[in-house]
Amino acid sequence: MSIVLPSTSSSEAFKASSKYTAAVRRPIEPVGRYFLAHASRTLRGHTWSEYEKIEAEKNVQQIEENVDDDLGDEEQSEDLLAHDPREWKSADLYAVLGLSHLRYKATEDQIRRAHRKQVLKHHPDKKSASGGLEQDGFFKIIQKALEIMLDSNKRQQYDSVDTNADVKPPAPKSKYDFFEAWGPVFESEARFSKKQPVPSLGNLESSKEQVDEFYSFWGKFDSWKTFEFKDEDVPDDTANRDHKRYIERKNVATRKKLKQEDNKRVIEIVERAHAEDPRIKMFKDAAKKEKERKKWEREAGSRKEAEEAAAKKAAEEEAAKKAAEEAAAGKANSKKAKEAAKAAKKKNKRAIRGSAKDVDYFGDASKSADIEADIDLLLEKFDDAQLSTIAGKLKDANADTTKATILGAVEELKNAGTLEVSYLKYFS
Amino acid sequence: MSAVIGITFGNTTSSIAVATQDGKVDVIANPDGDRSIPSALSYVGSDEYHGTQAQNQLIRNAPNTVVNFRDYIGKKYEEINAKDSHQVGAPAIKAADGGIAYEITRNGNQETLSVNEITKRHFKQLKLAAEDYIGKDIEGVVITVPTDFTAHQREELTKVSNEAGLKVLQLINEPSAALLAHLSNEEDKLLQDKIYVVADFGGIRSDAAVISVRGGVLTILATAHDHGLGGSKLDAALAEFFAKEFEKKYKANPRTNQRSLAKLIAESVVVKKTLSNVQTSTCSIESLAEGFDFHTTINRLRYELTARQPLSEMTAFVEKVVTKAGLETLDIDEVLLVGGSSHTPKLASNVSFIFPESTVVVAPSLDSKAANPSELIARGAALQASLIESFDEEEVKESLQPVVVNTQHLAKPIGIKTADGQFQPILVAETAYPIKKSVEVTNGDSAAVAIQLFEGKRTIKETVIEAEKSEDPEDSEDDYSDEEPEIKKEVVYEAGQLLAELTLKDLKPNSKLEVIVNVTQDGTLHVSGRELKQGSVAVKGEVTSA
Ligand SMILES: Nc1ncnc2c1ncn2[C@@H]1O[C@H](COP(=O)(O)OP(=O)(O)OP(=O)(O)O)[C@@H](O)[C@H]1O
Repeated sequence: MSIVLPSTSSSEAFKASSKYTAAVRRPIEPVGRYFLAHASRTLRGHTWSEYEKIEAEKNVQQIEENVDDDLGDEEQSEDLLAHDPREWKSADLYAVLGLSHLRYKATEDQIRRAHRKQVLKHHPDKKSASGGLEQDGFFKIIQKALEIMLDSNKRQQYDSVDTNADVKPPAPKSKYDFFEAWGPVFESEARFSKKQPVPSLGNLESSKEQVDEFYSFWGKFDSWKTFEFKDEDVPDDTANRDHKRYIERKNVATRKKLKQEDNKRVIEIVERAHAEDPRIKMFKDAAKKEKERKKWEREAGSRKEAEEAAAKKAAEEEAAKKAAEEAAAGKANSKKAKEAAKAAKKKNKRAIRGSAKDVDYFGDASKSADIEADIDLLLEKFDDAQLSTIAGKLKDANADTTKATILGAVEELKNAGTLEVSYLKYFS
Repeated sequence: MSAVIGITFGNTTSSIAVATQDGKVDVIANPDGDRSIPSALSYVGSDEYHGTQAQNQLIRNAPNTVVNFRDYIGKKYEEINAKDSHQVGAPAIKAADGGIAYEITRNGNQETLSVNEITKRHFKQLKLAAEDYIGKDIEGVVITVPTDFTAHQREELTKVSNEAGLKVLQLINEPSAALLAHLSNEEDKLLQDKIYVVADFGGIRSDAAVISVRGGVLTILATAHDHGLGGSKLDAALAEFFAKEFEKKYKANPRTNQRSLAKLIAESVVVKKTLSNVQTSTCSIESLAEGFDFHTTINRLRYELTARQPLSEMTAFVEKVVTKAGLETLDIDEVLLVGGSSHTPKLASNVSFIFPESTVVVAPSLDSKAANPSELIARGAALQASLIESFDEEEVKESLQPVVVNTQHLAKPIGIKTADGQFQPILVAETAYPIKKSVEVTNGDSAAVAIQLFEGKRTIKETVIEAEKSEDPEDSEDDYSDEEPEIKKEVVYEAGQLLAELTLKDLKPNSKLEVIVNVTQDGTLHVSGRELKQGSVAVKGEVTSA
């Protein structure tokens, strides 16, 4: 079925009525033979200016959501836009690329993309196209910034002096939270560390080991910062070689001086933080308490000894006292005993003396005087023990027993050789 | 002698393919006989295992087995969620450079392997398999990546592949590769202007793209990604089902132990794949937990119920990408289901359910002639490799410049009005220019006709299809009112804004006429009309873009 066109009475050969809806720029998929045909058609006999190439990246309908879409969209300040390109080194090169929020953190890819945006905005072609009479000064700075940022060496030199990325320590006399104020300071300084990763400041809960590690790391901080970027330009004239050498030497000296100053600056930061660190005081207090506790513990031994010694002494004193008391008591006792013994002796002697009489002198009452004289003699000779035994034996004894006992005692004394029997009148 | 191949590198599996002289594509099996080669490496003693053999080590030797690493290429550790539920095998750790690495023990020694190193080793194994199969050195490769791979990730992957001895000719997007393979299957399919959805359901992620094909050129209109939705979710659902059954039977919990869990998942994968082909499957696991063996059977219906949640998420995911493109399901001509999980019959039927009948859904369960969804991407990559094989590096690079690739696309269709007032498109929406197209028309009986150039306006035409009257006279009356009349919707373009008018005069009845529309690089639309006969003079005019 063929397509039939409507009839017309118009005599006009061609008449445009309106424009067609603006097209959408989208990436096509570079696959298949029809793409290849498209590519060769597009490229054939056509050279594209840098600007056209970058223009082709503008307003492309993005399919993938990209977090970096607004990369490089930052507006540059009037001052920066008017910056003298000959003085490009003093411009904030990250701000130039619209990357002042990322700075040293910007990846190469982000730098390239941000640069593309700047080119689109500031390319002289575009400015002349829009009738502006602006110079291409800022564009020159953009290109310079890209050159620096894509050369890892040069970028390091620039980052070394990019103080815009530094986080300043809190003002000394102001009120601030230690961690909130100092954390970012160390984080920003950490980017210069040759050794990575850098321990972080941590928080109030950090252990002493962590805190010690942190300060010991920063005490030995080794930075890669270099100061070539601050070099004075070495004159390119061979005529004045001395002057050239002079500048070169001066640069080397300046770099060294700046490096020393920077090291000093870091040391000061670390020392100040250390002095203000609430944890250090906490640990110190804890250490002091611990020391006291240790001391107390350590001294426990001698304390015990002393206690023991004191107890011993007390015990000894007690014992001595007791002994003295006992001795005293003993003394008193012996006196009593003696007295008792004496009394017993007396009693025994009385008993023995009375014994003969008690049994009527054994029926020899006529001889009672002799018997009593003999008993008195015997009583002189008896020792205490004999006295008490004999007295015992004689107690309630009858005449015979009494007589026999006395005779036994005489025999005993005679055998002991303590009695001269011849002295006896009755018991001989 | 050398060859170029296509590689698709997934988190779960990788495939390699090569185009033969006659334009056919072979998907290459590795020495294990696998065409879907698990992207896995495992270290046992001093040996390196790859593919299925490495995958199997997840049961016995998980800490030394690295899987699911593709998406970590070029990523910082901070950017990923290392505790992802799909994180099995050796855990991802932070590398010294802030990237991602794995710590494994090899021969009693600890080794830290970066993601790049793992990828390199994986690629070396793929290279061996390809060379073994083709019997030639591999000279260059086309590798596919997801559309959301960042420029940095693409750079890293290129670097790693080159280091593995596989020189990268080009990286292309996965959905475009799949569609290219699909469209190359039939003569002239590439030249039909249609809008496709390519939905790729893999192991641990799902990706979808709406792609317009205009004059054989593909343009992605929208994409969607779901990291986490994929076949693993189906495995997990099935494994949980089995675990419950096992628990009930033996009063033992198979989920508490790493190894039991790994066995359970491994068998669930097997059962799931079986159920893609047949209605029932057995499941048997020796010594699943506490010494008990587990044997059971499951049918497809039960599985589909068990996995209902992830399956419906997948369907919703396809719907989402259409919405993201600012289109309706009505606007989609074909849905191409890609990726291993697209073998699932229920997924295909669910997807076809959300599209009108006019939309063709391509999946093996709906059309036995459909290509294997696991292989489409690799096939596309191989085709592209053979297409650019003869170009040198500079030429390829030139073709990939933004100035070539970023092209203007017409926002609306442009066409003419016919004698009966219909809009006849010549250039459809999303056509990239420069473009030149012509149509043949006639004047009918008129001596003078107008070529009225219009922009098309999209409208939806609703046709009510009366419910068929029941044959049975008895219930013809009461049934009638209950029956919802079916409404068939179609997208129809009407003539909208008039752009220009040309007049062709002094024509004999039924002459052959030609209308040519040509949009040049700078966006100028040239329109001309002439009589198709020797010596005729064309009428011409120009329209510009707003
Ligand atoms: N016949 C099948 N039936 C059902 N699922 C299958 C079948 N074959 C493979 N799969 C599943 O497909 C998934 C792997 O898909 P594919 O090979 O496309 O992964 P991939 O491209 O590596 O994706 P990703 O990067 O998302 O992991 C696995 O979950 C696997 O179980």
